[in-house]
Amino acid sequence: MAAAAATAASKGNGGGGGRAGAGEASSSRKKKGPGPLATAYLVIYNVVMTAGWLVIAVGLVRAYLAKGSYHSLYYSIEKPLKFFQTGALLEILHCAIGIVPSSVVLTSFQVMSRVFLIWAVTHSVKESGHISLKKEKVKNRLQTPLKTWKLERQTTVCQMAELKVQSEDSVLLFVIAWTITEIIRYSFYTFSLLNHLPYLIKWARYTLFIVLYPMGVSGELLTIYAALPFVRQAGLYSISLPNKYNFSFDYYAFLILIMISYIPIFPQLYFHMIHQRRKILSHTEEHKKFE
Amino acid sequence: PYRAVQVEILDAKTREKLCFLDKVEPQATIAEIKNLFTKTHPQWYPARQSLRLDPKGKSLKDEDVLQKLPVGTTATLYFRDLGAQISWVTVFLTEYAGPLFIYLLFYFRVPFIYGHKYDFTSSRHTVVHLACICHSFHYIKRLLETLFVHRFSHGTMPLRNIFKNCTYYWGFAAWMAYYINHPLYTPPTYGAQQVKLALAIFVICQLGNFSIHMALRDLRPAGSKTRKIPYPTKNPFTWLFLLVSCPNYTYEVGSWIGFAIMTQCLPVALFSLVGFTQMTIWAKGKHRSYLKEFRDYPPLRMPIIPFLL
Repeated sequence: MAAAAATAASKGNGGGGGRAGAGEASSSRKKKGPGPLATAYLVIYNVVMTAGWLVIAVGLVRAYLAKGSYHSLYYSIEKPLKFFQTGALLEILHCAIGIVPSSVVLTSFQVMSRVFLIWAVTHSVKESGHISLKKEKVKNRLQTPLKTWKLERQTTVCQMAELKVQSEDSVLLFVIAWTITEIIRYSFYTFSLLNHLPYLIKWARYTLFIVLYPMGVSGELLTIYAALPFVRQAGLYSISLPNKYNFSFDYYAFLILIMISYIPIFPQLYFHMIHQRRKILSHTEEHKKFE
Repeated sequence: PYRAVQVEILDAKTREKLCFLDKVEPQATIAEIKNLFTKTHPQWYPARQSLRLDPKGKSLKDEDVLQKLPVGTTATLYFRDLGAQISWVTVFLTEYAGPLFIYLLFYFRVPFIYGHKYDFTSSRHTVVHLACICHSFHYIKRLLETLFVHRFSHGTMPLRNIFKNCTYYWGFAAWMAYYINHPLYTPPTYGAQQVKLALAIFVICQLGNFSIHMALRDLRPAGSKTRKIPYPTKNPFTWLFLLVSCPNYTYEVGSWIGFAIMTQCLPVALFSLVGFTQMTIWAKGKHRSYLKEFRDYPPLRMPIIPFLL
């Protein structure tokens, strides 16, 4: 959904140099757009982001060619992924100060869901895997007979190994979806700001989502699902009673709620994008006819 | 010479002619026209009609007289359906009765909320009983004010608001009540001192809030929709009017801060924060409309927090 929201949210709002929805002709009449200084800054921002995601794409390809398999590819691009995806938080600021004509709420939702997946799921769960294994060893040894303990320990290690691999495959799924989407999206903005948008980029932005959205959503959901056992075991980000502030939070339940929320949200975003596609790509066709 | 007027009502979006009223009196009000329109389209009762001179313009008021509007012998009005409406009183009563009832379910530890061994047990902490009294008092006060004190400028609001509002009030009430009445509840760090101070804040702010509601009621005669600048009265609690436009909101936030300190419960603090955010938005809007309507509005006043916000 972070993948879906990324483009849907911005496309919902037309006009201007930033998150353009409708064709340039109709939008430039209605909105005044950012000033020259803001435009320069936005061009630089979008170029940098395009470059960043290209680095990630290249990193993935090189790692794949070097290793020959798609395992552990996440680790090769982990740092730039975190850096550039987190950097997208600036886009909320852009909307807030008005240099990009998008809704702050929609943009926040989109960026936050990406950042959440990167840090609160993929990053956090990777580390807690090791910690909980140690805890399990000490606890169980004292309470169970040796044979049972050895069997349980083996199972746990297998589970851990299995889960790490699982989470990597699904992580790769959404990383690839995001990478392609973001390269196109940021180059779209760059060209729009410079008032020279190649049809290919516009076409790509409004067409590739058909495959990339479901791909990204699948990767995200599978990753969250894979993270669940870790979260349960380590009690990750969870607070239980009693405590001084009389508050409790179950991260495991929270993640399940997040997964459920994909059910109403994803179809809405997806069909909104399809609707936008019909509107924008057919509009350009007509425009071309009159030229 | 007496001259009857004709009124045609068109759909604001489709421009379709919906109704043609023959021989309407020039002194007819919009309210009367709405009633006539309902006769031909009974599904659109007056409360859900928005009539305007321009399809994209502002809604005309019920009190507006046809004669005084810029229309010729045939008045063209544009209609917009506001959707199903529900009365403000109904919404208020429902959204306030919920928390009152829900909190008590948790307080009495009704089965299936906490573990079965806690069913119908009572907390050993005094502050928990005090919190129940305060919370219940607060919502009883609100219900009584809705029935006997408030004079609403609008009759109705869109139906979907009741679902939104009830989810907010009922949801937060359940969330707060769950922790305060939990068998593992931890009383405030600074003990009785903290509770006493917080209780004082709560009581003062409740009295303040009530005083403001009474003062606002007295500003407006029964059945009217007039608007005047509120001023401090002999009641010291109303002296906050010198510094803020909406002291009722100021006192309301104060009450909840008091309750949060008293229970030392994070969900209560979060509820106070969300409420404060919403009330600030309302206060700023009210303040702006005061400034627009009254040239001589006191300049010292801020919307909700003296000198600051």
